[in-house]
Amino acid sequence: MTRATRSSTATATLFMVICASYFLVPLWWLLVASSKDQAALSSGKGLWFSDPFLLFDNITDVVTYDDGIFVRWAFNSLVYAGVGAVLGTLFAAMAGYALAKYVFPGREATFNVILGGVLVPATALALPLFLLFSEVDQADTMWAILLPSLVSPFGVYLARIFAASAVPDELLEAARIDGASEFRTFFTVAIRLMGPALVTIFLFQFVAIWNNFFLPLVMLQDTTLYPLTLGLNTWNSQVNQLPELRLFVIVGSLLSIVPLVIAFLALQRFWRSGLAEGGVKA
Amino acid sequence: MATSVSAQIAEAPAPQPPRQRIRHKGAIVGFLGPFVVLFVLFYLAPIAYAVWQSFFKVEREGTFGKAREVFGGLEQYGRVLDNGDFWASIVRVLVFFVASIPLQLGLALLFALLLDSPLVKGKSFFRLAFFAPYAVPGVIAAIMWGFLYSPEISPFPQVANNVDLLGPELVMFAMVNVVNWVYIGYNMLIIYAALQAIPRETIEAATIDGAGQLRIAWSVKIPAVGPALVLTGVFSIIGTLQLFNEPRVFRAISSAVGRDYTPNLMVDATSSIPDYHLAAAMSVVLALITCTLSFTFLKLTQKRALG
Repeated sequence: MTRATRSSTATATLFMVICASYFLVPLWWLLVASSKDQAALSSGKGLWFSDPFLLFDNITDVVTYDDGIFVRWAFNSLVYAGVGAVLGTLFAAMAGYALAKYVFPGREATFNVILGGVLVPATALALPLFLLFSEVDQADTMWAILLPSLVSPFGVYLARIFAASAVPDELLEAARIDGASEFRTFFTVAIRLMGPALVTIFLFQFVAIWNNFFLPLVMLQDTTLYPLTLGLNTWNSQVNQLPELRLFVIVGSLLSIVPLVIAFLALQRFWRSGLAEGGVKA
Repeated sequence: MATSVSAQIAEAPAPQPPRQRIRHKGAIVGFLGPFVVLFVLFYLAPIAYAVWQSFFKVEREGTFGKAREVFGGLEQYGRVLDNGDFWASIVRVLVFFVASIPLQLGLALLFALLLDSPLVKGKSFFRLAFFAPYAVPGVIAAIMWGFLYSPEISPFPQVANNVDLLGPELVMFAMVNVVNWVYIGYNMLIIYAALQAIPRETIEAATIDGAGQLRIAWSVKIPAVGPALVLTGVFSIIGTLQLFNEPRVFRAISSAVGRDYTPNLMVDATSSIPDYHLAAAMSVVLALITCTLSFTFLKLTQKRALG
């Protein structure tokens, strides 16, 4: 390696280190702040732990506050995001597969309408969804959040691209000759070949629902049905009246990030290859 | 097993599909059915319902009379057109777009190029570090940065005490920072994935021709990631026009963020009056503007890509 390249390597890496600190310092602060008491929080030494180390006491306080409402919110978020992403991915995969692998009249029209759905902002739907669910008296229920979360037009788009490139037609014909039904072929062969795409769709759908704020805000009155985002925002807006909530908001924020970080790290191998396909073919 | 079967097929004569009827009708209905039903119920129906609602208005007999819904034609759209606050909020999110997206996508592209070049060591660490904020929900990110900006508990009190980050001049940039913090890494990964898909021979050929890293980035890599940039651009347009979470959280900590700060905040405020018909008309207008802008952007960039 020449001297010039070595110094540009050092410069580039140093630049990346500085930028990485921009992305990581806020998260580090959240962890550190979660381990302090009220007084230490405003002591000015925000980026390092202070004595005593109270992270686990604070977590206990948060999850037991108000009869464990935080645990309830976490459970709700898991239900909304977990069920919504699993079923949403399955439905998107099936639809994308059908659009890629079968020829039928109206196929492109169907695909284009679904694709148009990608351009319709989800927030534009929140208010009419609320009015529709109110008509059938279901606005303030889990269904009102869960059912709309099952629809992922972008998932169908990705699934179609993937099914077209990852599932060979010859394989499907072979399965047909073997006497396998279309559904059996899909669930045993195609779904496996579409694996990375499905993990990608699942993760991004999971994140979208986990992060959802507008729809639950419009829909829900009953605080026991809130997801974490809405619950924490409620606490945050009460900080002026109840200062002890500030620490709870900080600890709660930390806790609500952890599941997503774990999911992304654990599934990294899959979604990175899925993202590659989606980005290239788009 | 699968390969041996397909080998057998290769020898057999190709199956002749009967032209007059659709093959596998049951399977097509079965596969498409669940999604299409949900899509109709929770995507198309709400859109149709919002359009329907926007054509009505509430009339009262006298001031305290019984309210009843009557057909109002385009009256609500007239109210939207005349609503200066609504258009001011549209302009505000467009300014927000200009303040955030070029910087956001520019940095995402720069980071992706650096990660793809041989210059940077420790690539997998940086990739994860930059992407980590994407795992933070927008609302939580806004709450967290709100604390980082607050003079009381900020870990950077020198800055937070001396600069009014939540005042009318800077609050937009304070929110731009939150949005960029979350999305730079996400966009970087999409662009990086596209960079990784460039055939390595192309880059080697350029290197042999004597092109430096900068030259390769400019002439080979950036043109190749065009489609990925278009994709991220479209999602940025949609996302910015729908801006809601960050200003909604910042309203609690900054008096400079009003209830009409963004179009979606206005929809929310209008519907809680409640004036559903006007709110529905606003939603429809906002969706139309969003679709028009993202579609125009797609068309412009496609024309460009085709030369």
